Amino acid sequence: MSYLDVEPGAAGESLLLTTDTNATFDNQYMSSSLEEIKNEIEPSETEDSNNESISNVTTYEENSSPMSVDNEDHEDRIQDKKWALMDKHIFVLSLAGKPIYSRYGNEDKLAWLFGVMQTLVSFIQSNDDNLISISAGGINFVFSIKKPLILVAVSRKQESVQQLQNQLNYIYNQIASMLTTSKLIKIYEQRQNYDLRRLLTGVERLINHLLDFAEAEPAFLLGAVQCLSLSSSKRSNISSAIISSCSKIKNIVFAILLANNKLITLVRMKKYSLHPSDLHLIFNLVQSTESFKTVESWAPICLPRFDSSGFLYGYVSYLSEDCQACLLLLTVERDAFHTLKEAKQRIVEKLRRNNCLEAINESLAKPDVNCAESGFLEVRHYLYKSKSTAQFYQPSVSPPYNKYGQVLTDLYKRLHQGLHCSARPLKLFFERRANEAIFAWDTVGFELYIIFEPLVETGNVVAIITRLLNWMKEREDNLFHLQVPTF
Amino acid sequence: MLQLTQCEVISNIPVRVNYDLENMKTIIGKVVILGHQGVGKTSTCTRYVEKTFNRHISPTIGASFFISRIKVLDDYVKLQIWDTAGQERFKAMTPMFYRNAKAAFLMFDITSEASFNSMKNWVLELRRNVEQPMVLCVLGNKIDLAERRVVSRDEALAYSKTIGARYFEISAMRDQGIEIVFKFVAMELLRMSTKNSSATSLKVYNTENVNGVMASSSELEATDIGNEEIVNMSINSIAHGHTVPSRCC
Ligand SMILES: Nc1nc2c(ncn2[C@@H]2O[C@H](COP(=O)(O)OP(=O)(O)OP(=O)(O)O)[C@@H](O)[C@H]2O)c(=O)[nH]1
Ligand SMILES: [Mg+2]
Repeated sequence: MSYLDVEPGAAGESLLLTTDTNATFDNQYMSSSLEEIKNEIEPSETEDSNNESISNVTTYEENSSPMSVDNEDHEDRIQDKKWALMDKHIFVLSLAGKPIYSRYGNEDKLAWLFGVMQTLVSFIQSNDDNLISISAGGINFVFSIKKPLILVAVSRKQESVQQLQNQLNYIYNQIASMLTTSKLIKIYEQRQNYDLRRLLTGVERLINHLLDFAEAEPAFLLGAVQCLSLSSSKRSNISSAIISSCSKIKNIVFAILLANNKLITLVRMKKYSLHPSDLHLIFNLVQSTESFKTVESWAPICLPRFDSSGFLYGYVSYLSEDCQACLLLLTVERDAFHTLKEAKQRIVEKLRRNNCLEAINESLAKPDVNCAESGFLEVRHYLYKSKSTAQFYQPSVSPPYNKYGQVLTDLYKRLHQGLHCSARPLKLFFERRANEAIFAWDTVGFELYIIFEPLVETGNVVAIITRLLNWMKEREDNLFHLQVPTF
Repeated sequence: MLQLTQCEVISNIPVRVNYDLENMKTIIGKVVILGHQGVGKTSTCTRYVEKTFNRHISPTIGASFFISRIKVLDDYVKLQIWDTAGQERFKAMTPMFYRNAKAAFLMFDITSEASFNSMKNWVLELRRNVEQPMVLCVLGNKIDLAERRVVSRDEALAYSKTIGARYFEISAMRDQGIEIVFKFVAMELLRMSTKNSSATSLKVYNTENVNGVMASSSELEATDIGNEEIVNMSINSIAHGHTVPSRCC
């Protein structure tokens, strides 16, 4: 069934890592990248920042519990009902059963519940088995044991166990990205009963944001990244501005330019690539940190899929007041702030001279076309993922879904599950529903998910899809980032 | 060992002095802001630099950097300011921000005893690790919340004396006392550069400099005038029995 010579957005070499997120998410962490980079350049300078602070962990006893227990009993009971009826709960606890995070409510008051979860997990484990999920009364309880943490999702939503597990993975990675897994493990080796919340103050905000973000953004479901539409010549101008401004600087691993949750470009060290899920964490960080907008920051960031054992240091700054794109220069050098700050100034000058700032602003100001505008009257919305580049494209959302985003999200979750359920994955999926007809197609090169008008004629579907693929193919240089710029 | 970047090599000289075309002196100094999470470090900076206040400001990730040029008499002082993150998980990276700093703002929240104690720990850490002379300013923030004050002005003042620091009470929200703090640091850096006082390090910064710092009474008055009504309110609230012993380091 080949309609095109090469599907839209495909490339021989990819900007991003393209391992299938859902199939092989577990335990595929590259763990030696940081050491490699450091050793290559200065074999003697492998000072590990994570080790230093471990002895400081006990310095501040006075700020132990970030949450205070002050609610009235009566209020509690009302809260309890509301609490119990929430769509989706997420809990994180230590292997010893210590509360770390609850999406809703106060963890300290839920200590009993965390106890139950820990008991369930350890009881099953004592029989040399693993608890994965429980289904009861329309609720899915999904467990993920990632030493030294246990993560639990309790969902009433139409989500599969796999999708929930994927979300739990993201939460684990978010925590790892703030502390590194090696530090996590070390902490619990030293003290099984450690209250991790102390090190995670402020992180609950990122986790909350991540959960909402993952709910609303198809990027998480697809394990792919959307690019800002730009002509390929402008995009390569931008990449070369970054490369030439950083040419004399050693040890920049990744330079990332993004705006509005879309990637503008990514320049990387030759040997290393970035996994989309690491990029999602960066998007999440940038989106939930307003203060990046006004000042330059120097932030330690661990990218768990790149190297979960150590930090990269990130120079983070928006390009300029008149261009709201965020630049991150990630390096292994702790002291490179001023060098990178100067590089950023050079980058901005070059971008300004080449009218690239204008081009970025133009693209940001002009939303993507919707389906009707591009001549697809029977199509309401679609997602297209190019597998070989881990990038996706979606048109802008049009009525009725602009008001009912959740409906659209749920439809895509259903389609995605159809193609990816491990028991019986489908290649092709078509379903006529009361309000729409939904379609999904998994090929070697791409995944395509389409929401049609309910009365679309089945006979037309194939023709429409061909037209759609051609439409994207003609614009692929704009919609996708097909170059692989490196330092 | 860590590699020295260009900037650090330069700042091994006590204070960097540049001369521009009109032969006006420009002094460049690194300033670090330390303190417990949420005491208002970032709010103070944005108040000073952008003249705004945002109640829903996000916690700092790592540290933020900004530059402030202040004119003191006929000279310019360029402050390279590091606003660090107070969250404990960032503690490991803080040394790179106070290393070679010429001045430190040690901030606490007057409504939080924990933040006051945490600030004392920062002083201990500076004493252990900092060799160069350093201008120290203790800043008690959020004096707009006088009714919730738990650290009295006297206690903070007494503590500041013991470490040879100048004490200021400020409110980032109401824009009280902030201009003065930055001006003060600029003047001190200027003074350090002319006095050639590179021999004084933090460890022996006591008597002589306490007097030197505290004697600059013109600023002392200015602060007090700036905060007059608030200070009175807070003195009233101290009267309700405040018994925290002042531990010094
Ligand atoms: N009432 C009052 N609130 C303040 C004042 N200064 C800051 N705040 C509030 O205190 C909270 C924390 O302020 P930040 O400036 O983020 O504190 P920070 O010290 O930078 O915190 P970290 O970056 O996490 O270390 C915010 O909600 C501010 O609005 C003040 O002078 N008065
Ligand atoms: Mg801050």
